[in-house]
Amino acid sequence: MFFNGWNKDQNEQQETNQEPQQSETKGFFQRLKEGLNKTTKDFTGKLDSLLMGYGKIDDELFEELEELLIMADVGYDATMKAMEKLQEKVREQRVEDASQVKGLLKEVLVDLLKVEEAGHQLKLDQDPTVLLVVGVNGVGKTTTIGKLTAYCQKQGKRVMLAAGDTFRAGAIDQLEIWGQRSNAPVIRHQEGSDPAAVIYDAIHSAKAKESQVLICDTAGRLHNKKNLMNELGKIFRILDREFPEAQKEVLLVLDATTGQNAIQQAKTFGEVAPLTGIVLTKLDGTARGGIIIPIAQTLGVPVKFVGVGEQIDDLQPFDPEAFVTAMLDQ
Amino acid sequence: MLFEGLAEKLQSTFDKLKGKGKLTEADVKEAMREVKLALLEADVNFKVVKDFINRVKERAVGGEVLESLTPGQQVIKIVNEEMTALMGSTQSKVTFSSSPPTVYMMVGLQGSGKTTSCGKLANLLKKQQKTPLLVAADIYRPAAIEQLKTVGSKIDVPVFSMGSQVDPVNIAKAGIEEAKKNGNDLVIIDTAGRLHVDNNLMEELQNIKKAVKPQEILLVVDSMTGQDAVNVAESFSEQVGIDGVILTKLDGDTRGGAALSVRAVTQKPIKFVGMGEKIEEFEAFHPDRMASRILGMGDVLSLIEKAQTSMDMKKAQELEKKMRTQQFTFDDFLDQLQQMKNMGSMKEILEMIPGVGGKQLKNLDVDEKELVYIEAIIQSMTREERTDPGVINGSRRKRIAAGSGTSIQQVNKLLKQFEQTRKMMKQFTDMEKGAKKGGKFKLPFPGF
Repeated sequence: MFFNGWNKDQNEQQETNQEPQQSETKGFFQRLKEGLNKTTKDFTGKLDSLLMGYGKIDDELFEELEELLIMADVGYDATMKAMEKLQEKVREQRVEDASQVKGLLKEVLVDLLKVEEAGHQLKLDQDPTVLLVVGVNGVGKTTTIGKLTAYCQKQGKRVMLAAGDTFRAGAIDQLEIWGQRSNAPVIRHQEGSDPAAVIYDAIHSAKAKESQVLICDTAGRLHNKKNLMNELGKIFRILDREFPEAQKEVLLVLDATTGQNAIQQAKTFGEVAPLTGIVLTKLDGTARGGIIIPIAQTLGVPVKFVGVGEQIDDLQPFDPEAFVTAMLDQ
Repeated sequence: MLFEGLAEKLQSTFDKLKGKGKLTEADVKEAMREVKLALLEADVNFKVVKDFINRVKERAVGGEVLESLTPGQQVIKIVNEEMTALMGSTQSKVTFSSSPPTVYMMVGLQGSGKTTSCGKLANLLKKQQKTPLLVAADIYRPAAIEQLKTVGSKIDVPVFSMGSQVDPVNIAKAGIEEAKKNGNDLVIIDTAGRLHVDNNLMEELQNIKKAVKPQEILLVVDSMTGQDAVNVAESFSEQVGIDGVILTKLDGDTRGGAALSVRAVTQKPIKFVGMGEKIEEFEAFHPDRMASRILGMGDVLSLIEKAQTSMDMKKAQELEKKMRTQQFTFDDFLDQLQQMKNMGSMKEILEMIPGVGGKQLKNLDVDEKELVYIEAIIQSMTREERTDPGVINGSRRKRIAAGSGTSIQQVNKLLKQFEQTRKMMKQFTDMEKGAKKGGKFKLPFPGF
C-alpha cells in the first residue's frame, strides 16, 4: 500500500511524543510549544531532514516545502503566495545555504499571519465586555467558554455565562458544570427555548449584578443553514440593542483539524455577526492549523487564542511568532 | 451542498476537454493539474491526490484516451472509475452478530458527532426491527451522559449509564449484561472523544474492545476535516482497529475530501453519512453515487430513493412531466411545498438533478420559515393566477398581498423565485435535449 512508508514514520513519532505532565510554573511560550510540540514534530522533523539533505537550493526543495505547507492545511492559494515570497526573499538576500531557508519561511509565514498590532489580544480593557462565542458543531465552543472564563477571572474580572445553546441535548448542563468549576453564575432557560431570550435575560442580569464580562454560548450551526444563521444575527442584534455600552468581541471557534471549509465558515459567520477574533482549538492533536493563514490573508480576522489541551488553563493567547516558531521548531 | 464545488471544478476542466477532437499529452497534463487542484481544495489528502492523479494519468496517456475519438468523455470515465474504486465500489452495510446482542462501538475525535450518530444509528436500526440499547461510556466530557439520555428519550431507546465515576470498560461490560437481561438485541456504546495521540485514552478503547468484543467498531469522522484526516484514521485503524466509518456534517458546504482520504488510508468502507440536525437525517453511504456526484452528474439514484420514500409516486410522475414540458404551475408548487416537509428542501432536491450545479442554485435560496408565507400567498391566488402567473398585474399583486397578510415585496419575491425555478427547469431539459441530439456526454436523467 502506498501509505506504508509514510505511516511507519508517523508511528515512530507518536511513540516518542508522549507529552510530559504540564506543571503550573511553566511559561506561556513553553506551554504553547509543548502543546504544539506533538502536532509539529512530524512537520519539523520532515522539514529539517529535508533541509539537511539539501546543500543547494533548487526547485525540488521549494516543491517539497510547498507540499509540507499544503499538508498543514495552509491551502493552495496561500501556499503559492508563501512560496512566491520565500523565493523572492531567497533571491533578494542571495541565500545559498538551504539551512537558512527555514528561518526565511518562518518570517514569511509570520508576515502572512500578522494582522494589525495588538489585534491578537482579547479586548478586556473596559467594562463591561461581551464575548459572543460562535462556530459550527463540535469545534469546542462550550469547552472554550470554560477556559475563557478562567482566563478572564485571572485578569480580575467578574464573569457571567449565558447558556445560549438551547438546541444540543446536554449543552446547558455542560455549561453549568463549567460555571460551577469557575464559580461563575450561569443564566439558563430550558432546552428548546429561544436562545435570543436567554441572551436578553443574561444581559439584564449582567447589568443588575454588574458583571464585567458576559460570555455567551451559542448552538453549533453549519454556516450554510440560513435559518440558523438568521437566528444568530438576531442574537447579535439583541446584544447591540440591549447592551450598547458593552465592548463586544465575536469569537469564532475553529477546530484545527478543519480543512479549507474553515475559510467559508469565517466568511459566513462574519456576515451575520462581524467577527473580531478566532479561537483555534484542538491544536494538541496532529493537526497543524495552517488554515488560519489563508483566513488572516483573505479576511483579516486575527486569531486570539489557541486551545492546546483539555485542562481549564489550556487556552493560550495567540502570538504569531510563537505559533510559527512552535510550528517550525522542534 | 455536498461536493458541489468539486463537481463544478471538474466539470469546467472537462468542458475544456470536450471541445477537443484529439488530446495531446499536454492536454491531459493540464486536465490532471486542474483535477489535482480541485481535489486539494476539497481537502483530499496530498498523498491520496498524488496517487490518484498518477493512476488516472497512467491510464489516460496509456492510449486509452489519446486514441479515443471522445477524449473528454474518456477522461471523465477514467476519473469516475478511479474515484469509484477509491471510494469502494459497493455499498457497505453494518453486520449483525449471530449470537445477540450485536455490539457496536463508536469511536472518534472530540466533536466529530459520536453521540448524535449513536442516536441516529439506533433510530435507523430500530426501524429495521432491532431493539437497541445505548451505553454511555463517555465519562470525561461534562454532561455527555445527559446528552445521550436526551437523545435516547427522543427516539424512545433506553440508555444505560453508571455515572462518570466508573471505568468505561466496566460500564461497557455492565451495559451488555443489561441488554441481555432486558432482551435488547443491539448495543451501541458511545465512547468519549479522544485525540488519536492520547495513548492513555487509546489504550482505554483497546480495553473496551477486549472486554466486549464488538461486532463493529465505527470511526466517526467530521466531513470538514482537512489534511489531518489521514493521521486520525490511520491511528484509530492501527491502534484500535475499525470496521467502518460514519461521515458526519455532510449537510454543510464542505467538499468533503476527507471521505476519499479516510477511505484510501483505512481501506474500510464508509457506511453511513450524517446529513442534518434531525435524528432521521442519516443515510447509507453510496460510493458509486458519490463518485457520480463529484463529477457533476448529479445524484439521480438518491433523488429517486428520496422521492419514493416520501413522495406520492403518481404525483411525482406528473410533476416530472410538468417539469419537462414547463407546465409547472403555482398549484404544483404548493403541492410540492406540502410534500417538501417530508422530503427536504427544494434546493436539496434540485441539487440532485444532473446538470443543475451550485451556481444555478445560488439565487434560489428558500428560507424554510418563509414557506408559511409562500403557502399563504399561493392560497390567496385565484385558480387562473396559479396556472398562469403572467396575468398577475399590479392590482392583483396588491390583492394577493392583502389576502395573505404579506407585503407586495414578498409577493414579488415569490413570483420572481417561481420564474427562476421555471427557467432553471427549462435549462436542464434543454441540456438533456442537447445531449441527446449532439451525442455529447449523456446526462443520466430518467426522471423521478
